[in-house]
Amino acid sequence: MQKLPIQRVRDAIEELGEFVRLGVETLGSLRFKRPSWRQFVDQLHFIGVKSQSVVLTTGAATGMVLCAQTYFQFHKVKMDTATGAVVSVGMCSELGPVLAGLMLTGRVGAAMSAELGTMKVTEQIDALRTLATHPVDYLVVPRVLATIVSAPLLTAQSVVVGILASYMIGVHLLGIEGAYYLANMRRYTDPVDVVTGLIKAVVFGIIISLVSCLKGLRCPQGAEGVGRATTESVVAASISILIVNFFLTLFLTRLFHG
Amino acid sequence: MIEVRDVHKSFGTQAVLRGTTLRIEKGEAVVIIGRSGGGKSILLKHLIGLIRPDSGSVLVDGKDLAKMSERDMLPVRRNFGMLFQMAALFDSLNVLENVGFVLRRERKHTDAEIQRLVAEALEMVELPGTEKKMPAELSGGMRKRVGLARAIVYRPAILLYDEPTTGLDPVASARIDRLIHRVWEELKVTSIAVTHDMKSARTIGRRIVMLHEGRIHADDTMENIFQSTDPILHNFVNGIAAPRTELA
Ligand SMILES: Nc1ncnc2c1ncn2[C@@H]1O[C@H](COP(=O)(O)OP(=O)(O)OP(=O)(O)O)[C@@H](O)[C@H]1O
Ligand SMILES: [Mg+2]
Repeated sequence: MQKLPIQRVRDAIEELGEFVRLGVETLGSLRFKRPSWRQFVDQLHFIGVKSQSVVLTTGAATGMVLCAQTYFQFHKVKMDTATGAVVSVGMCSELGPVLAGLMLTGRVGAAMSAELGTMKVTEQIDALRTLATHPVDYLVVPRVLATIVSAPLLTAQSVVVGILASYMIGVHLLGIEGAYYLANMRRYTDPVDVVTGLIKAVVFGIIISLVSCLKGLRCPQGAEGVGRATTESVVAASISILIVNFFLTLFLTRLFHG
Repeated sequence: MIEVRDVHKSFGTQAVLRGTTLRIEKGEAVVIIGRSGGGKSILLKHLIGLIRPDSGSVLVDGKDLAKMSERDMLPVRRNFGMLFQMAALFDSLNVLENVGFVLRRERKHTDAEIQRLVAEALEMVELPGTEKKMPAELSGGMRKRVGLARAIVYRPAILLYDEPTTGLDPVASARIDRLIHRVWEELKVTSIAVTHDMKSARTIGRRIVMLHEGRIHADDTMENIFQSTDPILHNFVNGIAAPRTELA
């Protein structure tokens, strides 16, 4: 059955409301109950440590193509040495956080919503509640905190690897003068670009973890329900990241340069 | 004391509870019977606030669960233990961590004490030495017994059992029935069980409540229920498949 556009809008607004409510509950939980250290460390391991290979590969690949493509265009106007600056600014403030965010959504967000969704349909969430434990305290808070810590660190790693990879390609393969490459990179990369990227990563971490937990906790019954919740969480988190990124770019640029 | 007042609950267009009213005193042993899909599990979940009624109220010691926030309910729930129909063990935790869950979260006991209490509980459900096993390594009946151990280990005052013996062999069922009876008698808990099995109902209950078409159809002592001439009750208790007209 096709939904009417007006219903879709209403659903979307309702979901946004639930997202905000889960965020508020998560904050509230931090006041009531000290988060479980063990849960947090477990999640940090899964979200942070184990995501490195995916995120670093993405960073390296992006740095390499960005460098090559920029060089091909800049070479025409004899600006070869500016390549490093473009790669560095682009990676730090836009590509680094966005691509790391998207990869984390695929790897971590999907796992989170599938795990919580399965717990929901097998009544494990209900069991948790009967055992006098708030699901937000036990499940959501450690995941959100671990993602908030992991996302900026992974982003920073991915940016560094991306820039190193671009240096290898630019200097050793395409023959740009190494010293100029670095000098221009330093000259045009502002600390603000780095800060912008890290702030974005933190925001994306919040989006990924809250959206995935929400979709998991609201999972409809059955194996199909878990599949649907997982897909929806990946789609919703990815789209949110892309949209929010645009507004963050505008806002943070105003804030730092305005 | 638990009081259910005129509770209505629907899922979509399906009205499951349609004005259920029930009062259970402290220390009672109540068995809830009724047709499969009749809403017994749903009723049980209302008693502990897992589901909120569409209308009506559920009072536990005078406090209305329907009006409480999830967080305010947590201390109330600490007095409850619940065995789920499908056990609902945490599949990422082993048996020790499952059974000791509440004790560990409360941080009142040392690890050694928790281990001892868990071992005792596992002994009671006749699964000694299974602490290190994961739920996936257990059979359905074993999971159920671990679920039972998890519900009784922290000594709640009210125990809810959703079909505690379905899926167990006759000997194991009889043992679990006796265990539930013993917990009720020795620990003076309030015992509320859902079951289809009339034999175990006799062992674990003193009072039988029949849920039929979303309302309490019968509510009486064990003896009276088994001697009842009410057709619906009579057929249910004796397992007679009545012609449709009689049930309607
Ligand atoms: N989450 C839900 N969403 C929609 N319908 C539900 C939900 N939970 C239960 N129902 C419906 O409510 C009715 C009562 O379910 P319930 O699990 O309470 O039955 P029951 O009496 O425990 O049956 P059984 O003896 O087979 O366990 C069923 O018809 C079921 O389809
Ligand atoms: Mg049931």
